[in-house]
Amino acid sequence: MASIRDIRRRIRSVKGTAQITKAMQMVASSKMRKAQQAAVNGRPFAELAGEVMAHATGDAGDFSHPLIEPREVRRRGVILVSTDKGLCGALNSNLFREVARYDAATTSFIAVGKKAGQFLARTRRKLVAEFGYHDTPTYGECQAISRCAKELFLNGEVDQIEVVYSRFVNTLSQKPDTRLVLPMGDVTTAQAKVAGRAAATGATATDYLFEPSAPEVMEVLLAYLLDFQIAQLLLESKASEHSARMVAMKNATENAEQLIKDLTLESNKMRQASITKELLEIATAQMAIS
Amino acid sequence: MAATLKLEIVTPTGRVYANDVDLVTLPGREGEMGILPQHAPLITLMGTGEVVARRGTQEDRILVTGGFAEITGQRVAILTVFATDEKAIDEAGAEEARRRAEARLQEKLTPEETALAQAALSHSLSQIRIKRRGR
Repeated sequence: MASIRDIRRRIRSVKGTAQITKAMQMVASSKMRKAQQAAVNGRPFAELAGEVMAHATGDAGDFSHPLIEPREVRRRGVILVSTDKGLCGALNSNLFREVARYDAATTSFIAVGKKAGQFLARTRRKLVAEFGYHDTPTYGECQAISRCAKELFLNGEVDQIEVVYSRFVNTLSQKPDTRLVLPMGDVTTAQAKVAGRAAATGATATDYLFEPSAPEVMEVLLAYLLDFQIAQLLLESKASEHSARMVAMKNATENAEQLIKDLTLESNKMRQASITKELLEIATAQMAIS
Repeated sequence: MAATLKLEIVTPTGRVYANDVDLVTLPGREGEMGILPQHAPLITLMGTGEVVARRGTQEDRILVTGGFAEITGQRVAILTVFATDEKAIDEAGAEEARRRAEARLQEKLTPEETALAQAALSHSLSQIRIKRRGR
């Protein structure tokens, strides 16, 4: 049986753990706010880029680009966005369960985040590249990832690229989700949307000039959109990660506090027992003397 | 007839500039271009340089790095990765960044790191240039 001293030592150590998890919870919640804010800041850019894209595709004649063209899907590419560190609940395992659905033989992976790299290596998947990213993903990091994805796609090594990431539903729930990024089919849907809006407002389509030339402008525009899309997905993953970690750490702190309470109760009981025992001994001794 | 242009400069990290202006000068891929209201619709690529927006007697300068501009008779929308308002540029900070980037380039680096350092260098250089030109 544990002595009072043992129990006191345990209480101290649990207290230390609780302090750490509490601090991690605070850090995660502030980082989460930052990631969310960054995602919101990107919205005007997304709107404008979509608009320009739609105008441009509408006016560039029968424009086509290998990045838009859908192909018959024989081999897939998957960009797996995970966290770098653990301690964020079931976030990564949910994500990896999603990934296990893909056929290992015909799927190539790009890992973003350390955990994704480890998982893919452990399950012996075909790993093409591995990237890291910061707490607030910089545009450069996203460009590197999208360039790599673009190369894979244009080389014909894969016929389709999807991103598997943790979608941020709200602070308490994050769901693994899949988003198709290449071929960029949503360009045509954006076009239809703007066309619909123009028809509704009665605005006439303007004929745009292109400088230097339509294909060149489109090339850059598509690259921008791809970079941006990946940046948004990374941000969302980050927001998910931090909120998952926040919740996990909150639970851990609460558990630790409960444990401290239980242990304190037990140590008090033992203290009481030993006092009673001593009193009893004194009383017996006194009776024996008199 | 619209007498002013609506100028918007947007980056992935947020909207940098939005105002009604009389004249916009922007660094096109093939040279500077001045845009007045009622300009023909145009979509153009941009190089690195400064966008000058004139409102009455006042001029705003915004440093941009690449990107493109969509121009209509009423509006100029600029999409770019980096944009910095002249007023927000801290000369000492830019100078410091330049020195850091130059030092980085002296080290042994992978191609990607070199590219990053070079981009940082050119960005800080153009910041410094903009700041000093006015004197």
